[in-house]
Amino acid sequence: MKPFTFKTVFILCVVLAAVVCLLPTFLDCWPHKKINLGLDLQGGMHLVLEVQNIKAVEAEVERTIQEIKKELRSEGVKHIGVSRLNDNSILAKFQGSEDKSSIENVLSKSFDNLIIQKPQKENNNISYKLALPEKDIENIKKMATEQALETIRNRIDEFGVSEPDIRIQGGNRILLQLPGIKDPERAKGLIGKTAQLTFQLVDDEADVDLAINGTPPVGDEILYQHKINSNSGTSTKIPFLIKKRVLLDGSLLTNARVEFDQFQQPLVGIEFNRKGARIFDRITGENIHKRLAIVLDKSVYSAPVIQDRIAGGKATITGSFTLNEAKDLAIALRAGSLPAPVKIIEERTVGPTLGADSIRMGLISMLVGGLLVVLFMSIYYKGAGLIADLALIINIVLIGGGLAAFQATLTLPGIAGIILTIGMAVDANVIIFERIREELRSGKTALASVHAGFDRATLTILDANVTTFIAALVLYQFGTGPIKGFAVTLCLGIIASLFTALVLSKNIFDFILKNKQSSKLSI
Amino acid sequence: MQIIKSDINIDFIGKHKIGFVLSTILILLSIGSLIINKGPNYGVDFVGGTLIQLKFSEQVPVGKIRSALSDIGFNDASVQNFGQPQDHEFLVRTSNLEMTSKGLSQSVIEAVKASTGVAPEIRRVEMVGPQVGQDLRKKALLAIFYSLLFITIYISGRFELKWMLSGVTAGSLMTAVYFLSVFNVSMVVLITAALVVTLVLFWMLHLKYAMGAIVALLHDVLITVGIFSMLNLDFSLPIIAALLTIIGYSLNDTIIVFDRIRENVKGAKTTESLPLLFNRSINETLSRTILTSVTTLIVLLALYFLGGEIIHNFAFAMIIGVLIGTYSSIFVASPIVLATNKR
Repeated sequence: MKPFTFKTVFILCVVLAAVVCLLPTFLDCWPHKKINLGLDLQGGMHLVLEVQNIKAVEAEVERTIQEIKKELRSEGVKHIGVSRLNDNSILAKFQGSEDKSSIENVLSKSFDNLIIQKPQKENNNISYKLALPEKDIENIKKMATEQALETIRNRIDEFGVSEPDIRIQGGNRILLQLPGIKDPERAKGLIGKTAQLTFQLVDDEADVDLAINGTPPVGDEILYQHKINSNSGTSTKIPFLIKKRVLLDGSLLTNARVEFDQFQQPLVGIEFNRKGARIFDRITGENIHKRLAIVLDKSVYSAPVIQDRIAGGKATITGSFTLNEAKDLAIALRAGSLPAPVKIIEERTVGPTLGADSIRMGLISMLVGGLLVVLFMSIYYKGAGLIADLALIINIVLIGGGLAAFQATLTLPGIAGIILTIGMAVDANVIIFERIREELRSGKTALASVHAGFDRATLTILDANVTTFIAALVLYQFGTGPIKGFAVTLCLGIIASLFTALVLSKNIFDFILKNKQSSKLSI
Repeated sequence: MQIIKSDINIDFIGKHKIGFVLSTILILLSIGSLIINKGPNYGVDFVGGTLIQLKFSEQVPVGKIRSALSDIGFNDASVQNFGQPQDHEFLVRTSNLEMTSKGLSQSVIEAVKASTGVAPEIRRVEMVGPQVGQDLRKKALLAIFYSLLFITIYISGRFELKWMLSGVTAGSLMTAVYFLSVFNVSMVVLITAALVVTLVLFWMLHLKYAMGAIVALLHDVLITVGIFSMLNLDFSLPIIAALLTIIGYSLNDTIIVFDRIRENVKGAKTTESLPLLFNRSINETLSRTILTSVTTLIVLLALYFLGGEIIHNFAFAMIIGVLIGTYSSIFVASPIVLATNKR
């Protein structure tokens, strides 16, 4: 007999390919990708953030309101008030004596994208309700999520995580996977920081205490400065009456970096682009001897008195920073602000020692389980059992090769899936061997029994494995990270075990029986 | 070596009432436990909350950890040993979510250190918001339901050659569930109702093999979940993976029996009655049914005892599932097919 047939060559090629794919994981032999470890095995952080898109819509509505007011003023139309309602529509109020056609002319001419409803009469006033179209709202939300993704990606890149995985999940969620991260708390703080920087004037003419106890004057708001006493560590809140009008914001920054004052206290130096520098020059020139508040995420960081017009477009933010806080703030400002606040709705952090322990325990149980199965098969099925054991080992090699080749991620449940496959892989062999035994008992020769056994068992084995495969596919579709890893190894395991049981084992049987010219089968 | 003789002849069909009684008791116990406890002991994956795994280098009293956590706002925190006592590991669980974004780990370390004198290592943190927990719960139930239907389509197609009928039936059910899930119907109620409708339809349409398969699968899953509820074990995402694997795997044995029944029906002597034929088929395949389960149980036991605490409950679920699945393949699936066939 020829020792090699097409089938044999095919089997050897498959096994060799798997070995080639698998070896780089253990040795640095050739440039091929290794098996990816999931976060639960190498340590790291998994976050799901929800972008509060509705805030972006609110901001857009507020911007529209400012433009409406400006347009009405320039056209000489007087209004009682233009404000945002809870459903993010806009209510514009006018006195009854105001000319309707003038009002409607201004609104429809300059804001034709808005939906304008019929005016309502109330006492002696007229009010118009305007709204952004639904399509525009959806677009604003989508843009906010995408911009948030870009901003967070930029921040993570600066933070120094290797191979971060950042992507949009569902409508308004962002999934982050940060492997091997050493300071999860800092990363979370950096990611979640909105970093909305604004320059606003302090209203020194009004009484702060009066505003706190009552209502702030129109156009003002109360913001606080948080100071840390460096000696006692206590925190105090200082109220400021701030004019709502934003003179300048962080979108015109070109750079932000950590600097140190004469006392070696960290602070953040910021630099504006040409347009920002011009605006900064103008607002400082117009407001000499007034106080300009530097506001970050609705907190006042400092409010220095403007001594002179400031050319050059540079400023500094002071405020009891630790070095890491200053670094993170600089990163956030460089990356740009988030268009809307983000909220952490899911977090899974695994320390590196736990990941290492999980791998070790996984490998131990894999080894023990595998040895026990090998032993059982050898004792129960003798020579045929040894063939099944060889098939099992090659099965595991194929799974490993598959993981590396497809760059699938191995997770802790994935290791469990491999271990489970060790037990399930020999099931196909058990079915075949039992069938062979039946054929032998019915009086067939060894060779005929083997052929009949494989032929009749094949359909049964396929049917049996398809159901597990279906369950694994459903699991892959509905599962999340680590569970997906389990589904992957289960699928690979099923495919590999079908190959080794139906092709490899049969080939070995054929080889042995034909070469031995023996009529006896060790099973 | 042969554990089971080739001429074994146990009267499984004749004794199916014993199996039915045992199964009914187990199912009622499971349902009772689930009702009393309002479902299984859901982990943070499904109800939201925060999970923290701490490791100490020496012996630390649980009470001190609990009081430390209470000092920083975790009044409802539960603290339990995790893994082997000599590992000095604890699992902290709380429904509090707010602390996570504000230096949770650092404050926990500092508070526990102040209380016990030993700084713990944060091995793992899991925080799941209520919305995410709700989504995962919904996905889990849908996954189980879809898996059951896909598999029964396959079974019906392969063994009854009624691909079209079972496909349309199952497809309609999936579509109905999908659309109804958009409304604020409780997912548990929806899936339960859908399963009842499924059983009724299979019964009326004479899809006897699909009927046998799905009854056995429901039996396996329900008892496994029930045992988790009775033992008050943590029910988390990996358990869903185990349940789905049980759904796929326990049919392995059922299919071996069904396949033999089909083969014996073709080669049947005209004098042999259907119950006898079924009984013979079960006996003929008994050795492989038992042996395939044994090999799987071997690795699952290795996983259970050596795989580490995180994978512990997963392995336990799999072990129960394989045991119950093997039993149901013999005592539940084929008798159901027979019963469905009689009408």
